[in-house]
Amino acid sequence: MSQATDTEAVDQDGVIESVSGPVVTATDLDARMNDVVYVGDEGLMGEVIEIEGNLTTIQVYEETSGVGPGEPVENTGEPLSVDLGPGMMDSIYDGVQRPLDVLEDKMGTAFLDRGVDAPGIDLEKEWEFTPEVEEGDAVEPGDVVGTVPETVTIEHKVMVPPDYEGGEITTIKSGEFNVEETVAELDSGEEIQMHQEWPVRQARPAGDKETPTEPLVTGQRVQDGLFPLAKGGTAAIPGPFGSGKTVTQQQLAKWSDADIVVYIGCGERGNEMTEVIEDFPELPDPQTGNPLMARTCLIANTSNMPVAARESCIYTGITIAEYYRDMGYDVALMADSTSRWAEAMREISSRLEEMPGEEGYPAYLAASLSEFYERAGKFELINGGEGSISVVGAVSPPGGDFSEPVTQNTLRIVKTFWALDADLAERRHFPSINWNESYSLYKDQLDPWWESNVAGDWSDVRQWAVDVLDEEDELQEIVQLVGKDALPEDQQLTMEVARYIREAWLQQNALHDVDTYCEPEKTYRMLGAIKTFNDEAFEALEAGVPVEEIQDVDATPRLNRMGTAEEWNEFIDEIESDLKEQLRALY
Amino acid sequence: MKEYQTITEISGPLVFAEVDEPVGYDEIVEIETPQGETLRGQVLESSEGIVSIQVFEGTGGIDRNASVRFLGETMKMPVTEDLLGRVLDGSGNPIDGGPEIIPDQRQDIVGEAINPFSREYPEEFIQTGVSAIDGMNTLVRGQKLPIFSGSGLPHNELALQIARQATVPEESDGDSEGDEDGSEFAVIFGAMGITAEEANEFMDDFERTGALERSVVFMNLADDPAVERQVTPRLALTTAEYLAFEKGYHVLVILTDMTNYCEALREIGAAREEVPGRRGYPGYMYTDLAQLYERAGRIEGKDGSVTQIPILTMPGDDDTHPIPDLTGYITEGQIVMDRNLNSQGIEPPVNVLPSLSRLMDDGIGEGLTREDHGDVSDQMYAAYAEGEDLRDLVNIVGREALSERDNKFLDFADRFETEFVQQGYDTNRSIEETLELGWDLLSDLPKAELNRIDEELIEEHYREDEQEAAEVEA
Repeated sequence: MSQATDTEAVDQDGVIESVSGPVVTATDLDARMNDVVYVGDEGLMGEVIEIEGNLTTIQVYEETSGVGPGEPVENTGEPLSVDLGPGMMDSIYDGVQRPLDVLEDKMGTAFLDRGVDAPGIDLEKEWEFTPEVEEGDAVEPGDVVGTVPETVTIEHKVMVPPDYEGGEITTIKSGEFNVEETVAELDSGEEIQMHQEWPVRQARPAGDKETPTEPLVTGQRVQDGLFPLAKGGTAAIPGPFGSGKTVTQQQLAKWSDADIVVYIGCGERGNEMTEVIEDFPELPDPQTGNPLMARTCLIANTSNMPVAARESCIYTGITIAEYYRDMGYDVALMADSTSRWAEAMREISSRLEEMPGEEGYPAYLAASLSEFYERAGKFELINGGEGSISVVGAVSPPGGDFSEPVTQNTLRIVKTFWALDADLAERRHFPSINWNESYSLYKDQLDPWWESNVAGDWSDVRQWAVDVLDEEDELQEIVQLVGKDALPEDQQLTMEVARYIREAWLQQNALHDVDTYCEPEKTYRMLGAIKTFNDEAFEALEAGVPVEEIQDVDATPRLNRMGTAEEWNEFIDEIESDLKEQLRALY
Repeated sequence: MKEYQTITEISGPLVFAEVDEPVGYDEIVEIETPQGETLRGQVLESSEGIVSIQVFEGTGGIDRNASVRFLGETMKMPVTEDLLGRVLDGSGNPIDGGPEIIPDQRQDIVGEAINPFSREYPEEFIQTGVSAIDGMNTLVRGQKLPIFSGSGLPHNELALQIARQATVPEESDGDSEGDEDGSEFAVIFGAMGITAEEANEFMDDFERTGALERSVVFMNLADDPAVERQVTPRLALTTAEYLAFEKGYHVLVILTDMTNYCEALREIGAAREEVPGRRGYPGYMYTDLAQLYERAGRIEGKDGSVTQIPILTMPGDDDTHPIPDLTGYITEGQIVMDRNLNSQGIEPPVNVLPSLSRLMDDGIGEGLTREDHGDVSDQMYAAYAEGEDLRDLVNIVGREALSERDNKFLDFADRFETEFVQQGYDTNRSIEETLELGWDLLSDLPKAELNRIDEELIEEHYREDEQEAAEVEA
């Protein structure tokens, strides 16, 4: 956050009236709703959330122990904003975009001290600016005036801010500048720097939303194969604790083929964020081979960091995502977990003594959630280009009960639902996405992509797998009662095929070097191999071969090793031909 | 320091007093009753002219004439290395008759959050000597791994066993300067609302094994004031952080019983007439618990570490109850005690299926424990889960109706409980022993069923002869 620059005499200081946890009230403060204020002698950052008569209510983003009535409150006259510009990739922020590495330096301790502020991007650092326009060119808001190599992966585009008028370029520079130096001037008198600010609670303007037709390839078989997410789509991952939400989110952040990843750790564990901070710089991006951090922005507001900053971290993240979308990138945003965000709203709301809605959540919970998810989508940009934001929100339902308000309100909005299942997690079936409960409404609009990019019969093969899993689900009920051996032979065989679909295809080992990422072709071929087994086995069965003999064929257990095979094309060719040979030899 | 005699209202653990000077939020207050007793409390809400105070020792004996002193600072814990070996009450006063504590520092008990950027990811294996934990739900330094238990289950025995046996094997290689007294842990024990009898059990064990020397004990007993329970874990964790990050100790913090802590939280919430959340617990309980549990971990550039083992008894053995539920969302896994296993006499009665250690994967494997650890653990999970499923079926159709394959899984599940999990509270198994025992059991299953284990590892460890022996028997 940077200090106010052009305020219109609204910044009259106030005085603290009362303090209760993160909620502080002040008198005589002349402020607008959502203005950022500095509270108390230590200058703790806060935001105006209610104005009533002479009394202003403020939520404070830092711990308030020791703060008392009578201390001053200083208004900045500006709403909570993020600093936008080169340097956001490869960064780690707290919920109000303070860079955590800079904070560590400034505070000189590993613990988060209070009252220390730092801008979201380095204002001193010089970047190599290459102009894209010439003097005399007419530019409008959103147009790109030049580029900056932000990281090895990302070319940062310097745009005319959306709230500018635009006009003809009168001066354009080239060379090394810091983010506050003017790189272009317009005949309207407006000056363009690499640095912009934008209020987080306001969506950046964009044109119309388009129907997404391209999948966000995640490299995870169950997600790409059965429940795909589109670039510009929304997904929710609800699951009880221990079901693998965070690992699933991290896998998406690591392997999905988005240009930019914004990862929000909202009210989650400190050690988990540390893992991301330590792992991401080491891991290669499967698309470019560069370090993953080069395209990643992390926002970490762990569960013990101030609750008000947890409320704002979601907005900080999505605003950063929108900024990169405006450059024409496909952005993927992961929020882990939206339940913690909702709880932060509840906590603040109850301190304000607002009338509670369902389970104590504020009545505006549904509105806030849908407002957030609606900032996702595939957009036509104001400069005529295209960009997208895909949002994946983890939900942590209390007691794993999906009927609670956050899960239910989320499900009303998102189109992909990855239901995590504690039962699967207990038997170490990962990713523990339940194939009976999950769904994706993007399937049909993404099929053409699969058919032209992967395989023409993709949708048939997928449907086949879904049918087998459905049938297994029904048969399982009978098996529970009478045992597997009491089933007719063809049903026993179906159960066997379903087992391979589950164990060899749906299961994927995130910790295995090869298996952790599965390209769409491999996803298709692996399922194809199981289908080959299915087709050949049923022919053998029809020819009178007993099911035990079919099961004992030596090539079948090798299906379980497909995921970890490095030379998978050859490996699968070999299995398929062995399967055919061995099964046909039985009759 | 200003003294007031302006109490206007006393309600439950809360006292309201009028003030004419501003008082800081969270500040410490001393209240002197007319009988000369001094009680301590904390500012819960501070407004112009009036403050509400939560009194740790309970409000008994306070009247309108009691005098209220604001100390002008938030609550501090006097810390020093000399605390090791001492027994303190729930507010941090010595109760062991020993000398007065001369503090090295006084630290704020509301710890500040560790900057996630400054943390070091925990990946040092702690050998607890308990197979169900080491083999299946490995604990690492800097982790917070609670024990989810129920009333009447032997969670205390397990906690004590861990406190006794926990070591970090083969500390010697590389960067072990600063902790030459090796792999032993300093133990901080924070008791909240436990009975005197339980407390004796712990103390006897500490004294018997000589563990007291490297321990600091905080005792808030069942008949001590409930409000004090809010402070006890914070004192314990402040001490732990000091020993770990200032003095380089590896600290193991045992907090018991978190359920009593949460009850106290609810009591105060109710007294303040707050809008209650689920089952009457305050809506901020997640944040409050996180502020305790997140005070575990390692910090880059510091030698020490804080590892937490909170114990909680699940009301009605229900893990969807808000206390275990919120805990599970914050901690890095959980060890779950099971009533059925307990009645079968399994010691410790750990049910590995719902148990989990989130930090296990990075703390095990080649160079840390053993190359085959991850695969063996996965395979045992899968096989035990399958055996468990089959048990339901056996009840209906009988064992004879099951295939040979199914019977093997059933046998596996039985042996897993009676040989692998069962070990008694005095057996200390090395990780080698645990894994070899695992292979003993897995070798009863056909090789082709071991689909979670790398083929090379199967070749190396699978016991061919046992399989044959089993076949001959059959």
